[in-house]
Amino acid sequence: MSGIRPLNREQMAWRVAQDIPGGAFVNLGIGMPEMVANHLPQDARGGARGGREVVYHCENGILGMGPLPKPGEEDFDLVTAGKKPVTAVTGAAFFDSAASFAMIRGGHIDIAVLGAFQVAENGDLANWSTGATGAFPAVGGAMDLAAGAAQVFVIAEHTTKQGEAKLVRRCTYPLTGIRVVTRVFTDLAVIDVAAEGFLVREMVDGLSFEALQAKTGATLTLQNDCKPLKAPPVG
Amino acid sequence: MIDKRAKTPAEAVQGVKDGDTVLISGFGEAGNPTELIHAVIDQGIRGLTVVANNAGNGHQGLAALIEAGRVKKIICSFPRSSRSEVFQDVYNRGAIELEVVPQGTLAERIRAGGAGIGGFYTPTGVGTPLAEGKERRTIDGRDYLLELPIRADVALVKAHRADPWGNLTYRKAARNFGPPMCTAAKLTIVQVERIVALGDIDPDHVVTPSIFVDRIVEVADPISEAKILLGREKPRWIPPHERKAKEARR
Repeated sequence: MSGIRPLNREQMAWRVAQDIPGGAFVNLGIGMPEMVANHLPQDARGGARGGREVVYHCENGILGMGPLPKPGEEDFDLVTAGKKPVTAVTGAAFFDSAASFAMIRGGHIDIAVLGAFQVAENGDLANWSTGATGAFPAVGGAMDLAAGAAQVFVIAEHTTKQGEAKLVRRCTYPLTGIRVVTRVFTDLAVIDVAAEGFLVREMVDGLSFEALQAKTGATLTLQNDCKPLKAPPVG
Repeated sequence: MIDKRAKTPAEAVQGVKDGDTVLISGFGEAGNPTELIHAVIDQGIRGLTVVANNAGNGHQGLAALIEAGRVKKIICSFPRSSRSEVFQDVYNRGAIELEVVPQGTLAERIRAGGAGIGGFYTPTGVGTPLAEGKERRTIDGRDYLLELPIRADVALVKAHRADPWGNLTYRKAARNFGPPMCTAAKLTIVQVERIVALGDIDPDHVVTPSIFVDRIVEVADPISEAKILLGREKPRWIPPHERKAKEARR
């Protein structure tokens, strides 16, 4: 494995950001998905002239989520889905939870970026519970986002800390949604989830296809035009 | 003359009974009716079924209600958070029943309850463990689950402003579950930061119309657990068991 440089978490977030088109309405899940907002151009936060504008949706009733507030300027009526204080951009809108989930379920959100415990080759997603005894269940908006967003991007390390594959033939953890994931961004590869299974679009330099396959719990197909997965030195 | 103003939170929660199903607004702390919940605790009401997005943070508001042992069942989407140790402890002791509902399904079940809808089909949860026992139906080639409405005895809601008729406005993301919850209870009680004169809220700006509101009470400077945690505010409300312990020490 010498010479192989997996992407760090910020680089993974940067890579996801490159695939978000201008004009998109995007919901970022709690945790690593939130980091994607750090890597869109500043003018992509909406309200600015020119450049690529992206509008962030928060499930708790914000369209046009902005950057974090300065210390001392937090407003506890304005928080993220993770309940952290945030700001709203010029042009933002507030609405109630029923309207917020109408946006999600009704297919109005173009892209949801979510974390995952497991993704199956048919697009099944498991990201809300490991089913472990003693843990109590908490689902939040994950199932609504999985079922409702036009596209579901997953950002996750290619394997668990113990080296177990997160990309699998069939999920063994409790499902969040069935046949919903469209693209997976890992520290090693960018992989599309298509009718024929996992298609490898990009891989980090120095990693052989066989080595990537060995870290994956389902059959991968190498795309003819597979590119190197590269990110600037962020994080 | 219609005047829904109560003088205190204690007066506002008169008529809430043991065993009631209670809708409680808020997403984390934002929009949580902390003072109304404290008034319910102070009046000794118990055996409640609570419907809320979360299960309390820290030791004020909904967390205090659970900590005081007044909640027999909670229906919520996300009971886990960085400061949900009260719920975790009570749940681990087996002293509270938990029903987890996807957040959008929870909001829509409440909306349906208030709108007189007998149920609805949603794609959320199809093929997951939360689909167990629910009717599945294919409509135009897509699979859906039947979800039933939620109606409650009481709604405890926090809004921003009210007029004496009970027309409401909200502030930023503190709106969340407030508007649907106001519609879905027999008795809707709302705390606001300011009660303004009739006519001071532009009819175009009313978010919850007065028909959905029974009582309003002004709490100008509500308790903020987040500010307590940051050391910007001191706890101003002491739960009954701590009050008793204090008196006993005297």
